[in-house]
Amino acid sequence: MVCMERAGTSEKIVTAREMGVVACTRCSRAWPLGRTVCGRCGNTLVSRDTDSLQRVWAYWLMGVICYVPANAYPMLRTQTLFVKEESTIIGGAVELAEYGSWGIAFIILFASVVIPLAKFWAIAFLAISVKTRTAASSHSRQLMYEIVEYIGRWSMIDIFVVAILSSLVQLRTLASITPGTASFFFALSVIFTMLSAQAFDSRMIWDVRTRDEDAKKDE
Amino acid sequence: MTAPAAPDTDVPLPELIVCPQCDAAYRLKKPQHGERAVCQRCHTVLISPRRNAGLRIIAIALSVLILILGAAYFPFLEIDAAGNRNAVSIMDAALAFGGGPLIVLSLATAALIIFVPLARVLLTLYVLVPLVFDRPPAPHAMAAFRLSEAMRPWSMAEIFALGCAVALVKIADLANVAFGPAFWMFGALVVLLVAQDSFLCRWSVWNALEHPKRS
Repeated sequence: MVCMERAGTSEKIVTAREMGVVACTRCSRAWPLGRTVCGRCGNTLVSRDTDSLQRVWAYWLMGVICYVPANAYPMLRTQTLFVKEESTIIGGAVELAEYGSWGIAFIILFASVVIPLAKFWAIAFLAISVKTRTAASSHSRQLMYEIVEYIGRWSMIDIFVVAILSSLVQLRTLASITPGTASFFFALSVIFTMLSAQAFDSRMIWDVRTRDEDAKKDE
Repeated sequence: MTAPAAPDTDVPLPELIVCPQCDAAYRLKKPQHGERAVCQRCHTVLISPRRNAGLRIIAIALSVLILILGAAYFPFLEIDAAGNRNAVSIMDAALAFGGGPLIVLSLATAALIIFVPLARVLLTLYVLVPLVFDRPPAPHAMAAFRLSEAMRPWSMAEIFALGCAVALVKIADLANVAFGPAFWMFGALVVLLVAQDSFLCRWSVWNALEHPKRS
């Protein structure tokens, strides 16, 4: 592992913004401040994305709104010889637990209830934290952001399980599974949450710290 | 010590590299093959060149291409319960949401597990093949690589693979499940996709596209 040499003359880490340059977030090339398009990869250049938080909150709200019907409507419709059953996400997990499959029930509850709720909380926390002072350090918030970005995609697993089950279990009269309305809303909720996390400009996490350090120096 | 507020002109801009996550600026210093250059502040990997990475990625991409086409076409899983049989391909699974309003979801699922990975492989080949063989970049190679990078979070083949495991456990006591050839193809595909992503050093590709070799 090699550490990069600091660009400034001092021992302190200097940001591109402090140097009066703007960096491309896609290919990490530096350009003079005021340039709007990266000459290397064509990405739009902004020193700090000031509209970022608005987009984060807009997508976040859509994600939360879609998450409600995703839990209220049935995810799966199961039809066996005589019984027709509809189960919601939580209902399905509870049913599995009753049959004794604790492990699977736990995975489903974790992937489709705990993780989405934790993601909503984490994104809201991060978006609020760049506007106000928080006890959490920039490092832990950066880690949190990376986890949210990484885990976000994995929530789609529920949708894929429904897709596999409902295409595979088509045994005419014996048993058939069809997807319910909730699958649509759940997928939307996951997609909006991913967009919300992507819209967040993580450079803002570190700006607050720089501002705090400056404030400390002035005292 | 004062932090420079005005433009720091003693470093030419092409010799700077800026961490995309936290905006820390560094003097560019290209690491050796196998080493990684890491942001000192947030530990994001900035550059990670590997020997022969280009050739390896092309080899992987070609096998991924063949596996995707095979995995989409051949039967994937087969179910058997009391004489009733049903075999499905990955496309069948993706299109399970069927008609009505859920058709949108069908198309999205098909895109996430087949078309996005497929498009990324084709774009990667388009960008890397000329670079690796020391030729000028293909026309619009930068736009192609940008598109491929933008699609990265939406390529969900590995998530689909885990979804299979969960689905199998769910129906294991309902019926006998047999694996079709596509199942094994898809398993290999997931491993290769992850390997391909870990070999790819994005900075090196951008740099090579910016300074093409004259042939």
